[in-house]
Amino acid sequence: MVQGAAARNPRCPRRLIEALIQFPPAGVVGNMERVGIFGDCVGEVAGVSNSGDLHHTGVEERTPRRRMQEFSTEDRGGPADHAALLTAVATSGDRQAFAALFRHFAPRVKSYLLRLGCETQVAEELTQEVMVSVWRKAASFDPCQASAATWIFAIARNRRIDALRRDRSGALDGEDPSLWPQAPAAADEGVEQEQAAAKVRAAMRGLSAEQAEMIRRAFFEGKAHGAISAETDLPLGTVKSRLRLALARLRRTLEEEGFRE
Amino acid sequence: MTAVSHHAPDDLLFAFACGNLRPPEALLLSTHMDLDPVARRRVGLFEAVGGVLLEEAEEAPLDPGALERCLDRLGGQPQADPAPAEPGPAATDGYRLPPALRRALGPDVGALPWRRVMRGVEELPLSKDGDARARLLRIAPGVAVLRHSHRGAELTLVLEGAYRDGDQRFGRGDLQYADGSVDHRPVAEAGPPCLCFVVTEAPIRFTGPVGRFLNPFVRF
Repeated sequence: MVQGAAARNPRCPRRLIEALIQFPPAGVVGNMERVGIFGDCVGEVAGVSNSGDLHHTGVEERTPRRRMQEFSTEDRGGPADHAALLTAVATSGDRQAFAALFRHFAPRVKSYLLRLGCETQVAEELTQEVMVSVWRKAASFDPCQASAATWIFAIARNRRIDALRRDRSGALDGEDPSLWPQAPAAADEGVEQEQAAAKVRAAMRGLSAEQAEMIRRAFFEGKAHGAISAETDLPLGTVKSRLRLALARLRRTLEEEGFRE
Repeated sequence: MTAVSHHAPDDLLFAFACGNLRPPEALLLSTHMDLDPVARRRVGLFEAVGGVLLEEAEEAPLDPGALERCLDRLGGQPQADPAPAEPGPAATDGYRLPPALRRALGPDVGALPWRRVMRGVEELPLSKDGDARARLLRIAPGVAVLRHSHRGAELTLVLEGAYRDGDQRFGRGDLQYADGSVDHRPVAEAGPPCLCFVVTEAPIRFTGPVGRFLNPFVRF
């Protein structure tokens, strides 16, 4: 039932959840090891399976029939839904699930590319390429490694790196994975990354407005320090140290929250 | 130098996770990630931040019919991906090169055009982007690189062997980040030659009594 990358990750809770659905609990739950840094994640699964009530976990969305009913209509917008939509694309080539993802992410991908300085037509075309890649690579999406948004962000980022390289070298060949960050995010930690995304949002809210703004600028305006320095009239060294401080704080908060060192 | 870190600074990892580094620096960071699980985790964490920021981005209007155009381009059902990443050929050339660097160097590592820079130091230029230059350096045991400072930052990643800089030791997988304020003199440890991957943002300046004379002649 779990297909694609999630199937290869034995510690992915989705796998555990689905195993529980297929082979209902009794002894299984009691023996289950608590895995991952958010140990309560498995605790929750165990509790839910014992009571037989699957309704507050998002688990029900994983059964094919439910999925067809729920996703063949409209994008409901929640991040967990995006992961489920991607899985529907991977497992059954669900074009309506893809359309829902497109409606949500394509305008954001285009805006990301525009803010990084792409011309409008280039941004439009790259957005198309990114979304086609989302379709083609859907089977490699693993909800335990990345949230849907992070996974799509990484595709957009890599397409942009390739496009910049094509511009500079004049070479027509596309992809050079050596220049892509290839972080196996939280691969072995057995945590659904949609939960991790909620923690990132909370940690961002914990930063001062100025720190969050530094991070957003570095993200959206590419040329990090130099450009920020010019726009904010702050000396380059100040920008550098403030950004570094903001990122270190964000990282430490997240590490304390379970993104382990 | 205060609190020397053996990891890449957060702003560098974040810029890498955002795809905002130039190719020489990006290749060095990819290589660092191959060797250092801490760097991998941190980049993963910053990618998750990237996902959240993408989610937050305001929506740009798409061309009319963009969705239909995209649906037309999709083709058949996506195929499950084949087994992940080939392990790569076992190194038969005597180098234990991390996968990212091996991909960048191509298959014939033995035939690369190393050149001698000074006694005990050889270099292999890799790539250039504006002022940023990536190179491999092979430093014979016990050899000291001339004392130098930087106009820009210098990133040094140790691939083999180790070197000392003051009271700090840098071994395989360690990354030393030296910004413009650092004036240093790395010395290769005894043992096998020290193989480093170095990216400089601007030409370095020799600051020792001998090196100073070389500045006008050596572009290193």
